[in-house]
Amino acid sequence: MLLAAEGDGEFHAPTIADFFPPAILFEGTPFEFNRIMLVRVIMAAVLLLVFCLAARRATLVPGRFQNGVEMVLDFVRNSIATEVLGQENGRKYFKLLATIFCTVLVMNIAAVIPFLNIAGTSVIGLPIVLAAWTYVMYLGAGVKAHGVGGFLKNSLLPPGVPKALYILLVPIEALQVFVLRPATLVIRLLANMVAGHLMLAICFAATSFFLFDASGAMKLFGAGTFVAGAAFFFFEIFVAALQAYVFAILTAVYLNMSVEAEH
Amino acid sequence: MDVTTLAEVTGNIGTVGYGLAAVGPGIGLGILIGKTIEGMARQPEVAGQLRTTMFIGIAFVEVLALLGLVAGFIVPA
Repeated sequence: MLLAAEGDGEFHAPTIADFFPPAILFEGTPFEFNRIMLVRVIMAAVLLLVFCLAARRATLVPGRFQNGVEMVLDFVRNSIATEVLGQENGRKYFKLLATIFCTVLVMNIAAVIPFLNIAGTSVIGLPIVLAAWTYVMYLGAGVKAHGVGGFLKNSLLPPGVPKALYILLVPIEALQVFVLRPATLVIRLLANMVAGHLMLAICFAATSFFLFDASGAMKLFGAGTFVAGAAFFFFEIFVAALQAYVFAILTAVYLNMSVEAEH
Repeated sequence: MDVTTLAEVTGNIGTVGYGLAAVGPGIGLGILIGKTIEGMARQPEVAGQLRTTMFIGIAFVEVLALLGLVAGFIVPA
């Protein structure tokens, strides 16, 4: 991120090119491997390591480390799964929701870890994979619960509406169920992480510019941009957790809409 | 006939677009969160449920502002 501010006396605003760094391995092949993918691999390894350690040394009376991991899973089970889906379905889909929550959280938090500096979710691939999983799961759950016809009727024909209005409602509902839900899941996560990175990068690039390249009293602005950068740093941590929560809870809501009986 | 330029814009018009895109969701978030707080103050016992519903609502409102942000990058200057 600070690479954007290498001192040649001019201010370099961060651009969208930050998210498409040059390849570091297998250049020119479909398996091109760049910095962001390296960040993803590192964060995935960290996630696996944390859960493996917590599961291998699990004891009845948890230590501090195990307690932390259990707190996260407990939060997913109580505040997301059971709260939205109810006891039975909440239990059934807990694994899906916990995986999504932890993956998104860990990939997002990379945005504020020094030297990684970019979120694994700030390039569209990972959000698409997660949203596609959600998409398949909620369509599958609906079809399994009500059959193809029942599911379509349930989700496309809202009850209690005059018949004539269906001409208008069915296309809107179809667009909503089959296109907008997964698309907004992807865009919400992606745009949040892109915006977060740009804000952080612009604050620290401006700090570096004001402190080292600006003249006289202009240097004072550097203090202001540094404080703003520090504030955005903490805001980014909050956003990372919030987006993980939102992604998981929307998955739960969509699953619930698919499986719940007609009213 | 000469064309008179009354005002000229340089730079990316996407910035103005984002400003406009932020107005609606801003108002929406205000109403949404304000009403939730009102509800929580009236009935503290359903605060958890209200909070969950609020976050779901926020997610839908927020995506509108984010679309405004992304559009500026997708459509080149």
